[in-house]
Amino acid sequence: MNKIEAKNVDFYYGSFHALKGINIAIPTGEVVAFIGPSGCGKSTFLRLFNRMNDLIPGARLEGQILIDGNDIYDRSVDVDVLRRGVGMVFQRPNPFPKSIFENVAYGLRVNGVKDKAFISQRVEEALTSAALWTEVKDKLKESAYALSGGQQQRLCIARAMAVQPSVLLMDEPASALDPISTAKIEELICELSSQTTIVIVTHSMQQAARVSNKTAFFYLGEMVEYGETKKIFTNPEKEATQNYITGRFG
Amino acid sequence: MALQFDPAYNRRKRRLQTAVFGLFRLLSYAIALVLFVILGFIIVKGISVVNWTFLTQAPTDGMTGGGIWPAIVGTFYLMLGSALFAFPVGVVSGIYMSEYAPGGKLVAFIRMMTNNLAGIPSIVFGLFGMAFFVTYLDFGDSILAGSLTLGLLALPIVIRTTEEAFRDIAPSYREGSLALGATKAQTIWHVLLPMAMPRVITGLILSLGRVSGETAPILFTCAAYFLPKLPASIFDQCMALPYHLYVVATSGTDIEAQMPIAYGTAFVLIVIVLVMNLVAGLIRRHFEKKLNTK
Amino acid sequence: MKKWIDRLARRVFTVSGFVTSAVILLIIGFLFSEAAGLFRQPIVEEGYVLALNKSNTVDRLSAEEIKLLFDEDITNWRDVGGADMPVRVFRLEDLDRLYTEEELGAEYEHAGDKIAEQVRADRGIIAFVPTVLVEGRTDIHLVPDHTIPVKDVLLGTEWYPTATPSPIFGMVPLLAGTLWVSFFAILIALPFGLAVSIYMAEVAPPGVSRVLKPVIELLGGIPSVVYGFFGLAVIVPLLQQTFRLPVGESGLAGSIVLALMALPTIITVSEDAMRNCPRTMREASLALGATRWQTIYKVVVPYSISGITSGVVLGIGRAIGETMAVLMVTGNAAVIPTSILDPLRTIPATIAAELGEAPAGGAHYQALFLLGVILFFITLIINSCVELVSARNKTKR
Repeated sequence: MNKIEAKNVDFYYGSFHALKGINIAIPTGEVVAFIGPSGCGKSTFLRLFNRMNDLIPGARLEGQILIDGNDIYDRSVDVDVLRRGVGMVFQRPNPFPKSIFENVAYGLRVNGVKDKAFISQRVEEALTSAALWTEVKDKLKESAYALSGGQQQRLCIARAMAVQPSVLLMDEPASALDPISTAKIEELICELSSQTTIVIVTHSMQQAARVSNKTAFFYLGEMVEYGETKKIFTNPEKEATQNYITGRFG
Repeated sequence: MALQFDPAYNRRKRRLQTAVFGLFRLLSYAIALVLFVILGFIIVKGISVVNWTFLTQAPTDGMTGGGIWPAIVGTFYLMLGSALFAFPVGVVSGIYMSEYAPGGKLVAFIRMMTNNLAGIPSIVFGLFGMAFFVTYLDFGDSILAGSLTLGLLALPIVIRTTEEAFRDIAPSYREGSLALGATKAQTIWHVLLPMAMPRVITGLILSLGRVSGETAPILFTCAAYFLPKLPASIFDQCMALPYHLYVVATSGTDIEAQMPIAYGTAFVLIVIVLVMNLVAGLIRRHFEKKLNTK
Repeated sequence: MKKWIDRLARRVFTVSGFVTSAVILLIIGFLFSEAAGLFRQPIVEEGYVLALNKSNTVDRLSAEEIKLLFDEDITNWRDVGGADMPVRVFRLEDLDRLYTEEELGAEYEHAGDKIAEQVRADRGIIAFVPTVLVEGRTDIHLVPDHTIPVKDVLLGTEWYPTATPSPIFGMVPLLAGTLWVSFFAILIALPFGLAVSIYMAEVAPPGVSRVLKPVIELLGGIPSVVYGFFGLAVIVPLLQQTFRLPVGESGLAGSIVLALMALPTIITVSEDAMRNCPRTMREASLALGATRWQTIYKVVVPYSISGITSGVVLGIGRAIGETMAVLMVTGNAAVIPTSILDPLRTIPATIAAELGEAPAGGAHYQALFLLGVILFFITLIINSCVELVSARNKTKR
């Protein structure tokens, strides 16, 4: 069963053709990595899955993107319901100017969950699943900015997981972190993959190799190659992929 | 307990958003409407009054007839005088802030003082001008005292725009010039000043627009209720458009006959402000275009 | 030569860098030196003295008591700490009524004797006469004068700067008027200001924002005297009709005009603050299924709250210091306002309206400078708060 499917996707920023004829199928429960040099369109593509690019004036999409078989750009789709089911973690930790607890509870509150006991329970579960609970359980009321960068990023993962999304999009989630924090995040990705389908954009080929089952290589707005991570890194079919993973450009 | 969401809540929050955004749009358009009402009111009522005679004659019959020529001239003198003071002092001070000031606490302090000066009510400038320029320096009620008082008012605007204009110039231009053996003063004069000039001038024009409409600072330093002749020197009093509008609208012998004159004066004042803003906007746009093509 | 110019330039630039600080110091110096003189002024108009009957023991009268005595609102000495006897007010004009020109002498040389005669004759008399006429007399009781007490000025509830024999400079009504009218102005401007700034920063399509921005700037560029004129010609009659007021000039008219004038400040500063909210902050909220409105009031506004507060506070500062517009539309009654529909008078309007008539160096003149000092400090405190908040924000980021 495919969780996400993209069919003949073309995407434009004004007159700039950012994505060209992309087809991909992401199976449920997998961890898929998007790799490629900066500006290749991998982040743009990721942001189509929760319609984050809707906010950009002059952006235009052609083709279809299906989640669980439904076209998410169909007129009948409520974008807030879609986004509730598709969590996102950003390049830099971006906690809200609120307490640790309120950061995690935010997704529940904006979606109308009012039961206090239930909220506290979900907050604890989400923080636990983000491997942060033991570190913050005594200071839930403190500002999220009091945490270190790595902790903040795990808080953002907990925030996304609190509403139990079926897909988690991660846009270079470790690019602003030190190696130890990065390792923790990668470990976390492996654990979370039992709960949700994960799509991760990354700069680092080692990271893609460590965390993902499947890898897609993007170059100049096209998806050059997509397949089992092992195969991409050991025996790629295309020359461009070969050049990229051996570090000849990018 | 499993996580469940209430579809009704989703509908409610979307409806709330539509309502709130609609309200905000309404309020925003209302504010724009207010501007057009004010401008329209003054333009419609004033334009029928304004003609060549109105612009070129002195008031007659105890302010109930004639024109506003001396007030136009007075306002022009005051703008010129305050620019002559505020422009050099403000530009030099702004350059100091951007190029010379050693950073840290001192600059923060000076900037705070500049911002504080910008926040002082205009009537306090009027008091100060009266005590310092009129009485202490013994300029008397004069164009000189009024110009200096208004110049102080314009100073923070000029300083701030100058500082920002210089600060936004990439360091490479300075380094390039200094590397060729130019002194700092030469670099500022030959390289930085020409680059910053359009924005500095924009700031100056905006500050002059403000100066042209100020009344409180000239109440006790310069403005005359009525003068039959144009001022002959900078130690004479002068009439000024904003003060004239105040006088004609609030006091006098025959309010009925004075009202048209008030509308005409307000119209001329508004036109000056609009033109100032327009010119500043054009310069800014011209400058931005030039920057974009680079 | 080149080096020499460079060094000279450095010196010139450095000196001019301190020009704003110097101006502020000068303002403080001159305002203070004029204002402080007020507390060295006698209560009774300079050159005059109050004379009582020898038997009257009252030794100290405040400006307010003197005014009540001369307005014949106090008719018994009991009320000001004296014996139980009726008050009779005696002014210099009464002298001309009671005596012929010959009796007083061509040069008024006998006036002193005649005054003393009157004062000796009536135990309840209070005479307000020029000091030169009665100086040094021992047959009447001259009330020793004091300087104007600070407390009576700062806490006094009456402002009668031209009352004789002793002007009253109670500043409370003016301060109350200023705060009252500014308070309502902000009450009106706040919902509009927030709504418009949110609309411009977050909601409106870029094209609409591009049109609204110059509109708001222009609104801020209109001279205050034009606002005053518009208020006088349009708002005042409108209010008079709507609320069936005896006069339309009222606190409310002032508040509406001030709200219009404070709006551009509030909108520009808050809009800037919200535009500075990082895009990913918004995206994180939207990605969780929040609507744009939820994102705005739960994330963007809390994030930019200090900037928004700065805008509002600067708007308040602008309202408090505004002079001409308020002077033209508020009716200028120096009483403590009880309703926003009453006429009232603010500190800046008082200065503008009265300084022209106050003789330089007199108590009234100095009292107006004191008002200027108070105004200066209110705005200085407001601006410094804003500066501190924005400085703290810069270090936070």
